[in-house]
Amino acid sequence: MAKTLVNLEKISKSYDGHLVLDELDLTIHENEFVTLLGPSGCGKTTTLRILGGFERPDKGRVVFDGMDITNLPANKRNLNTVFQKYALFPHMSVAENIAFGLKIKNKPKSYIDDKIKYALKLVNLDGYEDRRPNSLSGGQQQRIAIARAIVNEPRLLLLDEPLGALDLKLRQDMQYELIRLKNELGITFIYVTHDQEEALTMSDTIVVMNQGYIQQIGTPESIYNEPENAFVADFIGDSNILGGTMIHDRLVEILGARFDCVDEGFGENKPVDVVIRPEDVKLVVPGEGLIEGVVSHLIFKGVHYEMEVQAGGFEWLVQSTHMRPVGTKVSINVEPSNIQIMNKPASEDEEAVPLEV
Amino acid sequence: MKKLYISLIFLFLYAPIFTLIVLSFNASKTRAKWGGFTLKWYFSLFENEAILQALWNTLLLAALSALIATVIGLVACIAMQSMKKKTRALILGIANIPMLNAEIVTGISFMLLFISLGVTFGFGTILLAHITFNIPYVILSIQPRMKQLNTSTYEAALDLGANSLQAFFRIVFPDILPGILSGFLMAFTMSLDDFIITHFTKGPGVDTLSTKIYTEVRKGIKPEMYSLSTLIFAAVFILMLLVNYTPRKKEK
Repeated sequence: MAKTLVNLEKISKSYDGHLVLDELDLTIHENEFVTLLGPSGCGKTTTLRILGGFERPDKGRVVFDGMDITNLPANKRNLNTVFQKYALFPHMSVAENIAFGLKIKNKPKSYIDDKIKYALKLVNLDGYEDRRPNSLSGGQQQRIAIARAIVNEPRLLLLDEPLGALDLKLRQDMQYELIRLKNELGITFIYVTHDQEEALTMSDTIVVMNQGYIQQIGTPESIYNEPENAFVADFIGDSNILGGTMIHDRLVEILGARFDCVDEGFGENKPVDVVIRPEDVKLVVPGEGLIEGVVSHLIFKGVHYEMEVQAGGFEWLVQSTHMRPVGTKVSINVEPSNIQIMNKPASEDEEAVPLEV
Repeated sequence: MKKLYISLIFLFLYAPIFTLIVLSFNASKTRAKWGGFTLKWYFSLFENEAILQALWNTLLLAALSALIATVIGLVACIAMQSMKKKTRALILGIANIPMLNAEIVTGISFMLLFISLGVTFGFGTILLAHITFNIPYVILSIQPRMKQLNTSTYEAALDLGANSLQAFFRIVFPDILPGILSGFLMAFTMSLDDFIITHFTKGPGVDTLSTKIYTEVRKGIKPEMYSLSTLIFAAVFILMLLVNYTPRKKEK
């Protein structure tokens, strides 16, 4: 793995007696695209603000490139932030906005001019030097905000829900744009979002947070395919989360039926949570699967059909390209490798929460 | 119909002032008849030493009190910005009450305060009183501007390497400048316009235009007073136009 760039050590922060971060530990490597993902109030923005120098942690240390920067003010840190609402300076032109950081550092004019050109080219907005921020669209303003940050050649770029205010299509374009930018600049990105799709698309590493705790750290694939607890499973994508019993290694009982699985080491006759992604639920002819049921709901979603199947006293969410009308009798089957076994939640913050996004 | 209605309203509103303006150009000394157009009242006005002194006092008072009130009000707004919502609302409320207070009450309170403190009445006491009653107007015009301010622009400036002073003067200040200007002009106008509070806080021998007019009128109305009143009206009118025009121009 690459060199460590940032180390958050036992960071705690509370506002008015309300604990937002509790002894958070996080290591970020050079040239990594890290996403802090979680519902609002999970502490992701606070973490970013502590990194940016806008908040001081109550306890703990922030180590940047081997140096303790916990008490270093924001203007002395070798990192830059792209703010949620762009925070462009309205009374300055685009060029003046981009030049702001360099002028503060007393860089020569020719250097600044070159940098402005380079940055505008990088964000595909050449020729926009003299425009006012107000005359630009949301997406363009966001690009300027990024340009303004990167001309300072930060080692680390912090992005606070930068695409939150854009519409869906533009958001998707900007996601690719950000990946390209990161690769061209070769710097570390820390990205905060509550949008799981955004996180899955762009990140090298996703840090799922809830109520001030890190729930899981991993690649998008591992977070999606092997959620460690019900909260992660529920927050990332749709899922069926069922209570079950681990009979012994590689065999789990769900709703009275025994499924083969690939998980080991949970013990024998141990209560567990089971996650099955809706696209992994196979609907087969009655009698051929493990649990019998009937389709109770059907929605066309474009890429696939989404169905609800009442089976074994549980309402299964099923996604399939093959449509079955409401009332169809079906049988449910799941491939062993698509069954994800998790320990029962150890605390409240690991429980699945209703999504509000 | 609508137009007629509006014209009527304006007629009622401006008839008295219009009468005054017309009379200030009347060559005849009596109000009863029109003696032809003249500017002589204006000329004789500017030959009157006492009136010129009062004019100077008025302008100096307006400029100084507006300037000082703007600085104090601005600092107050900055401080309020970092307060909690409840505290801020409370302080805003307290700051606004003096505006609603009857001027005569304010004037007499000032007088009593200065007497009890043993302060000698003069230009200084008027200035203090004007600064005080101007502060709420300044806060009222800066505060909304400050609230609209995207607080992250300040943080963005820090993020880009500016220290807090640089961030304030280069980023926050230009953004709230229209509010500061209109606050200043508002305070200037209020001071220019004031009679009652000045009347109660002035010392002997110090006069502003409004108190001067009042003393003159008590002796009997001279046509010079029409022209002086016309000039004050014109000045306030222009200032009010400026106050209302400045913020809008910026928002385009």
